[in-house]
Amino acid sequence: MNLIAVSNLTKSYFGDDVETPVLRGVSFEIARGEFAAIMGPSGSGKSTLLHILGFLDAATGGEYRFDGKTMDDYSPDEIARVRNEKMGFVFQAFNLLPRATVLENVKLPLLYSTVKESEWNGRAMKAIEAVGLGHRAHYRASQLSGGEKQRVAIARALVNDPQIIFADEPTGNLDSKSGQQVMEILQKLNEEGHTIILITHETYTAQNAQRIIKILDGKVESDEVVNHRRAANHFIK
Amino acid sequence: MTFKHSFTTALKGVGTHKSRSALTILGIVIGITSIILIMSLGQGAQDLILNQIQGMGSKTIVVIPGREPKGPSDAAQVFSDSLKERDLEALKRKTNVPTLGAIMPLVFGGDTGIYGGETYRLTIFGSTDLIAKIFDIAVSEGSFFTEEDVKGRADVVVIGSKVKEELFGSGEALGKKIKIKNRSLRVVGVLAKKGQVSFFNFDEAALIPYTTAQQYIFGIKYFHRFIVEAEEEAMIAQTVGDIERTLRNEHDITNPEKDDFFVETQADLAARLSTVTDVLTLFLVSVAAISLVVGGIGIMNIMLVSVTERTREIGLRKALGATDGNILTQFLLEAIMLTGVGGAIGIMLGGAFSFAASVVLTRVFELAWVFTLPFSAVAIGVAVATGVGLVFGIYPARQASRKSPMEALRYE
Repeated sequence: MNLIAVSNLTKSYFGDDVETPVLRGVSFEIARGEFAAIMGPSGSGKSTLLHILGFLDAATGGEYRFDGKTMDDYSPDEIARVRNEKMGFVFQAFNLLPRATVLENVKLPLLYSTVKESEWNGRAMKAIEAVGLGHRAHYRASQLSGGEKQRVAIARALVNDPQIIFADEPTGNLDSKSGQQVMEILQKLNEEGHTIILITHETYTAQNAQRIIKILDGKVESDEVVNHRRAANHFIK
Repeated sequence: MTFKHSFTTALKGVGTHKSRSALTILGIVIGITSIILIMSLGQGAQDLILNQIQGMGSKTIVVIPGREPKGPSDAAQVFSDSLKERDLEALKRKTNVPTLGAIMPLVFGGDTGIYGGETYRLTIFGSTDLIAKIFDIAVSEGSFFTEEDVKGRADVVVIGSKVKEELFGSGEALGKKIKIKNRSLRVVGVLAKKGQVSFFNFDEAALIPYTTAQQYIFGIKYFHRFIVEAEEEAMIAQTVGDIERTLRNEHDITNPEKDDFFVETQADLAARLSTVTDVLTLFLVSVAAISLVVGGIGIMNIMLVSVTERTREIGLRKALGATDGNILTQFLLEAIMLTGVGGAIGIMLGGAFSFAASVVLTRVFELAWVFTLPFSAVAIGVAVATGVGLVFGIYPARQASRKSPMEALRYE
């Protein structure tokens, strides 16, 4: 059983009784351990797709199974639990709490988890060190550079050891050097066994993945393996 | 998520916006301050009044002419001339009221006292020498008038310390004659400074035999009060019953509804006055409570703004696994914390103002005021403040918890 199975997924928004279809029947599967990029121009429906994949939004039609189960199999609180334990999110705008320290930001998902408090600091520090920011653990998030902020966000996504990491335009707000660092971390995490889904509109960024699913006008335009994958330059300090 | 972490999360939320939090709770602070101040002063006033009543002694019973007032429109009934010398003699008879320890008739009124070129507006009490014992007052110079003075309608007077000061200055008062209503009365005693006792200020009083007062000063043949002391405190009820029976007998009254007098014990008086201060306090507290509603709406307002401002934070927390309940708890706790702190500040401020008022009342107005901060006031303050947070925080907190994480994350 694949981790993610999407079949004929549709999603429409309804405003003023007018139906605006965003996804018009999307199907694909993603196996455990894969690093897939979902690529498309803005308005193609890729962010909507990510929200559905991340259990942040419900589909209008079709079926989405995560780890064999649909969103309907869970109560709202259980969905929150799935997001907390099985999924990690990295956003374009970082979404850190600016006045909190790096450590506090990374610990945030643990707050809503069943992990014992005595393990929090150890887990959070391990995640922070995995993104190479051990020396910044007690800085406030607002004191960091953009690239560092995104690495903190990745550490936060990692802290509960999720089955999948969703990265929504993680390099969108970064210069190319910081962006590349972030991509290298994601590649490394993938090599360590994490399943990663990357949302992007840039071919350049998408080529970091093993596979590119191109979305256009709410449909899968192409689904191909990346032949000339961008080399991951191990590792950054 | 444990309550401890909900609490620290909420604490951080409040602490992040310190000046806004401070402004938000201002309404609550003012409301709670008012309530504490009113309740504290109300209790102080009640204690003061009760202390003064108790100054007359718990064995004391007062017989008042006229029908007992049943309401404000009944006030006129109080003025009556129903208590006569005959009644006094009847009550003194052991066969009528066996448990009567002592009885003292009282007449009183205001008039001008004159000595030389000095005049002073006096409160005149016509009584027997028992007045010293009943009101616990003593002379600092000379002596009280005697039973013989009362029997012989002697022209003697015992004056209060303030009266002496006003009429004689630092000079000698004993043996001098002051004029009241053109009657010359010889000063036989000067009272020690005492201040307010049971609504009477004896410093400004002139005490004369009631016989003299009735005949020459007021020109009346009745009494304004009988002050009775029961032999024992436990005998008060029996004594009251005997007094009522005796007076009804004397006045040929068969139906107690038609009584032309009424008997009041210290307990009755205390209860009646307590009711008055309680009602007054309740009324003022209700007024102050309105300000709390206004303060609560202020809290709700700011919380709603805060929820909108923090849409992204809410979305993030939900994406990271916070349940609706976690978010609801966080925002509700923030509201309760704000009002709780507001309440605590209000209690301290209200207490401080009340203490300042008690200092002014004792120093400037020379009242025997004791500062009290009733526990009930503190409890009400805390309960009301957190209650306001709960009531006015629930709506914004629900708004926050219902935000969809996706829309919240998209919000710029």
